[in-house]
Amino acid sequence: MNAGLSGTILLVAQVFLALAMACALYRLLRGPRAQDRVLALDTLYVNAMLLVLTFGIREATTLYFEAALVIGVMGFVSTAALAKFLLRGEVIE
Amino acid sequence: MSTAAALLVLAGASLALIGSIGLLRMKTFYERVHPPTMGTTLGTSLVLIGSMVFFTFHESRPVLHEILIGVFMTLNTPVTYMLLLRAALHRDRTPDAVSRRT
Repeated sequence: MNAGLSGTILLVAQVFLALAMACALYRLLRGPRAQDRVLALDTLYVNAMLLVLTFGIREATTLYFEAALVIGVMGFVSTAALAKFLLRGEVIE
Repeated sequence: MSTAAALLVLAGASLALIGSIGLLRMKTFYERVHPPTMGTTLGTSLVLIGSMVFFTFHESRPVLHEILIGVFMTLNTPVTYMLLLRAALHRDRTPDAVSRRT
């Protein structure tokens, strides 16, 4: 659908978002402590959501919007749960 | 008009990339919290505005359901980061808690 200039710009945007996901993944694998990994996971979720939205614009279909919405909701829930675990796992002892 | 939408998406993607590079390069955790918020606030907003512009002109009717994601991200990012920072502060206050836990 999107041929020509706008398709090329969207492709560059997708490459940028993939690089951002790679940066977040590196921090996720290497982060010194648990809170670094949780933060990197949250960033990874947001970047993946933006990538899915960009896919939807490129394919000119609103089908990808629901997927992005679900990814956003799941990212919030998982990050909140992991943060609560980090906070409470040491309180219990 | 689709070129304008693509440029908006590119600006948002660039902000997300800069934020992730900042996440990679900062030294301590308390510095690392700051850069990803570029991608989660302004980056997400620009991508969503680009998506709204594109689908409004593609379908010849106002398409505004991207506002849902925008409201959701705006409300949730500060909540999760404040929870995470509270957890990090708590973990740093008791540095030997990790070794005692096992």
